[in-house]
Amino acid sequence: MSSLPPLPVEAEDGEPAPERPPQRPEGRAAARLLPPQRLTGPIPWVIAILIALVVIAAAGGLAMRKLSEAASASLSSALSVQVIEPNPDLREARGAEAARILAGIEGVSSVRVKPEAELVAMLEPWLGEGASSGDVPIPALIDVELSRRAGPADVARIKAALKDKVPGARVDAQGDFLAPVNDALAALQWLVFGVAVMVALATAAAVWLAAKNAFAAARDTVEIMHLLGASQRQITAVFLRDVLREAILGALLGAGLGFGAVWLLGQQFAQLGSGLVSGGGLALADWLVIGAVPLAGVLLAGLTARITIAFALKDML
Amino acid sequence: MSENLAGHVKFDNVGLRYGTDPEVLSNLSFTLYPGSFYFLTGASGAGKTSLLKMLYLAQRPSRGAIRMFGQDLVTMPQSRLPELRRRLGVVFQNFRLVPYLTAFDNVALPLRLAGAEEKKVQRAVGDMLDWVGLAHRAHAVPPSLSGGEQQRVAIARAVIARPKMLIADEPTGNVDPDMALKLLRLFEALNNRVGTTVVVATHDVHLLKKVPDSLIMRLHKGQLSDPTGALRYPPKPGGSSAG
Repeated sequence: MSSLPPLPVEAEDGEPAPERPPQRPEGRAAARLLPPQRLTGPIPWVIAILIALVVIAAAGGLAMRKLSEAASASLSSALSVQVIEPNPDLREARGAEAARILAGIEGVSSVRVKPEAELVAMLEPWLGEGASSGDVPIPALIDVELSRRAGPADVARIKAALKDKVPGARVDAQGDFLAPVNDALAALQWLVFGVAVMVALATAAAVWLAAKNAFAAARDTVEIMHLLGASQRQITAVFLRDVLREAILGALLGAGLGFGAVWLLGQQFAQLGSGLVSGGGLALADWLVIGAVPLAGVLLAGLTARITIAFALKDML
Repeated sequence: MSENLAGHVKFDNVGLRYGTDPEVLSNLSFTLYPGSFYFLTGASGAGKTSLLKMLYLAQRPSRGAIRMFGQDLVTMPQSRLPELRRRLGVVFQNFRLVPYLTAFDNVALPLRLAGAEEKKVQRAVGDMLDWVGLAHRAHAVPPSLSGGEQQRVAIARAVIARPKMLIADEPTGNVDPDMALKLLRLFEALNNRVGTTVVVATHDVHLLKKVPDSLIMRLHKGQLSDPTGALRYPPKPGGSSAG
């Protein structure tokens, strides 16, 4: 510097640049403006755990909904008619009469009188040997299938048809038996939804804290960039790039954990072979919804970071 | 009115206070003309850094009006300030280099922020490092540079984008007298050859004599005095005499 070289003039467009060995990598690496790995530490893992929980909760909620729908669909058009009569001969005669009347009612697609042996087999787990001894009177049971969903009007219509001709007849829509179960499943679905919302809020809070801390740690650099003419958009973009990288890493890990857990649980339930449980299998649309969870997590992280950084930059002139 | 006549910067009865404290700067009225070389002097605590902060758009005034490059700074929306900042070059008192970026990348920052093509960045920064005699230290990070080298990187960063105005806060405060003189020569070269308006804040009165064509603004307890007539008479653009 003892002999001052001429001040370099600005390169004109089209002027060939002098040969100079590349001093720095070009492109994104060269354009890095903030320190690398600012969001170090547990943040990707926190996001991963939260995303995994949401994936499992969403899968559970959707499975319960499917279960509820499957159970309701199979029972919604079914009615049970009981003929309560202690005298076995009279009970059989009234059961046959009831079946005949039911078969003639409009909208009834099938009528089946359950054989006594089948009834005994159903009751045996509760009544033991007494079920087949004849000591305990068992009502005649008739399964009725309607061609449409069994509503209160259908029940009332069938009751009216049997009232005078079959004394002791009692009509129930089978769907009614499942109403408390459906209510419980609905409550569980709301619980799962609430858990998902709370976990989403926890994710947002974690990202907010991470972005805030990262911003505080890089505040001096941000101020320098700011004073050198960086726009808020440029600074935000640099931060968002890092936040999104961390969030994507966390979301991928979380999705892997969550999907793995759901798959394992599915395998366990499939081995039960229960008709009710098999109704809770997830369809393609359900898997797409669950697959959207990590994506939503990344978007939520990006949005939270963007808002956090915008507020932090607002304090600077 | 052309910018030369109107000046790059015009302060009109400007005051500055921090919070509810008394004003640290009061009734500042002056104009900075294009191509001139200004020294801002005053004892420590006189308010030089606060005035510079308003000049390099880090601080809005508490009262009064400031126009810069024909724009009203007081009413200008925050979103338009970056555009103005890119027309300024600033040498901060403590350099304010980004510690994890190399000398090359620190100097390249203003160009990259302005969206310059990487090819042009490589060439311009290489030339600039040659100019300040630091081509061989291009890959060094600031903590490994000496105070004088850091100073030169800061100056290279401040002038790389050919600012219309260069603002330097105690630029010679951390270097020996020889280096201080060399840095001043750099500023003079920029002022004479590129026509950049230069504002140098210093409390070193010996420096003032080293740039004979300079204009002096003196701050004392937050008030400006005008020993060279810089504030009263529009100096001739291009670095005229203090009159």
